[in-house]
Amino acid sequence: MHPAWSVILFTTLIGVAQGLFVAVYAIDIGARLDLIATPARAFFVTGAALAVAFSALGLLASFWHLGRPERAWRAAAMWRTSWLSREVIVLPAFTASVAAYCFALATDAVWTPSIGLLALVLCLALFVCTGMIYACLKFLQEWASPLTLVNYFLLGCASGFNLATLLASLLAPRFTEPLAVWAVGFTTVALGVRAAMLTRNARLRPRSTIQTAIGIRHPNVQQKAQGSMGGSFNTREFMHGRSRHFLRSVKWTFLVLAFPVPAALVWIGATTDASLVLGCAFVVQYAGLLAERWFFFAQANHPQNLYYQVIS
Amino acid sequence: MTQLALVIDLNVCVGCHACVTSCKEWNTSGVAGFLTDENPYGKDPTGTFFNRVQTYEVGAFPDTETVHFPKSCLHCEDPPCVPVCPTGASYKRKEDGIVLVDYDKCIGCKYCAWACPYGVRELDEKQQVMKKCTLCVDRIYDTAIPEAQRKPACVTACPTNARLYGDVHDEHSEVSIAIRERGGYALMPEWGTAPANHYLPKRRSTCAVADDQVARVDTARVTDAAVPGTLAALIAEAQAAAGAGR
Ligand code: SF4
Ligand code: SF4
Repeated sequence: MHPAWSVILFTTLIGVAQGLFVAVYAIDIGARLDLIATPARAFFVTGAALAVAFSALGLLASFWHLGRPERAWRAAAMWRTSWLSREVIVLPAFTASVAAYCFALATDAVWTPSIGLLALVLCLALFVCTGMIYACLKFLQEWASPLTLVNYFLLGCASGFNLATLLASLLAPRFTEPLAVWAVGFTTVALGVRAAMLTRNARLRPRSTIQTAIGIRHPNVQQKAQGSMGGSFNTREFMHGRSRHFLRSVKWTFLVLAFPVPAALVWIGATTDASLVLGCAFVVQYAGLLAERWFFFAQANHPQNLYYQVIS
Repeated sequence: MTQLALVIDLNVCVGCHACVTSCKEWNTSGVAGFLTDENPYGKDPTGTFFNRVQTYEVGAFPDTETVHFPKSCLHCEDPPCVPVCPTGASYKRKEDGIVLVDYDKCIGCKYCAWACPYGVRELDEKQQVMKKCTLCVDRIYDTAIPEAQRKPACVTACPTNARLYGDVHDEHSEVSIAIRERGGYALMPEWGTAPANHYLPKRRSTCAVADDQVARVDTARVTDAAVPGTLAALIAEAQAAAGAGR
């Protein structure tokens, strides 16, 4: 597939928002249950506000993906069948509920935990929707796996907890280390899952071949013309147009930038209480996730490409 | 239930692209608006088409066959492109099984194109909505045109009659009989989309030609050359001499 920057930004930004919200809400509930000390309110409010900001940015990026953004509201119609439609409903609901949660925290409202719980449910639903948009396309074999969902969840949490660690170092220092442990934990598990995805995808055998595509059972079939001489939507939308070498470099870039480097930086930043290092950790991981998402799209091999191998 | 569809005979398609141009002509002139062409006379012409004819070569030289392969939306009976559409712009008509896009509802998210394994949906670069074959729904029911022409534009244009059109759920229709009796098959059956359009296989065609049909043995040039002194014999001698001298 051709990786679209709109979708790359969208999925990574809402991932951060979701992970950050989970981190804030977990600490909030822990403090309310007297399991942990209560950090300054500024930590909660800023965290929730940042989560709103990130998901609003994500929403903006998603509009950029549409050919007819002015009609976006129509996308809520088919929630019974379409994961994309479900996501279109859940994302604004999640954003709104985190905004309400943020307001509740700031005003110390009694309904704070309940609205937070609602936001948590929507947050998890959003992870499922985002993952299923890709995982439900069964002939995109690289995506059609539960690993896709788990990967979205873990990477969202990893980057969100990473940002929460930075926030804690600025506003609630005693939570820096525990949050760092979680951030590193999510990042480590996410690396395992991503490696499993890569291994799985490397072993995939495409179920469609040129023989099933045109229905001619001869081992030697070559395309000579694809019905257009200057390319078409089909050559632009479904192919990344980069070399294998480029793909491999992106893979190694994200394997380094999204996992070990930020994990190390988070650890160093938390133990030495250096907010600057924690800031770097987040920026590096986010950059790594952009590469990860680019690769996620580029690696998916659409069966329609079988019909578009040769221009003339 | 009716399921209108095309059955395309690969054995007679000559790859002339008449169906492509006639499809484009009909559908770019309709009420739904034009089919964008960009750079039509430039270096990289590109545009929106509902139908494309591709060409494949099967076998290894010199034992090869050329297959011309027209490709458009197959109006799948279980179309994966429909349930994924968030707006309901993509839908399958109950009355005749045609899969359509409502251009007024489409938001151009391209998700349906991702969900079609056949690559037959194309986003119109100018209008930014998804387009694909409509089976000429604005033509086949039009009582203002003569009945014989109430067929998809590609079908009426095909000079070799490679494109059959009809109801594949009616077992007595021309298309059903063709599928049944001439080995009609569906594309990428592995995804369970149950395409309504079918293809009739390319058959190996041979033409038996004996040597004496190519170079006739009984022409004057051949028979007379054997008789010394005739003009034909002199020419043959002269040619042989020239050949030896060379
Ligand atoms: S061929 Fe593609 S666009 Fe047409 S009905 Fe089937 S899945 Fe949908
Ligand atoms: S591009 Fe249009 S028809 Fe296709 S899924 Fe999106 S809204 Fe539906």
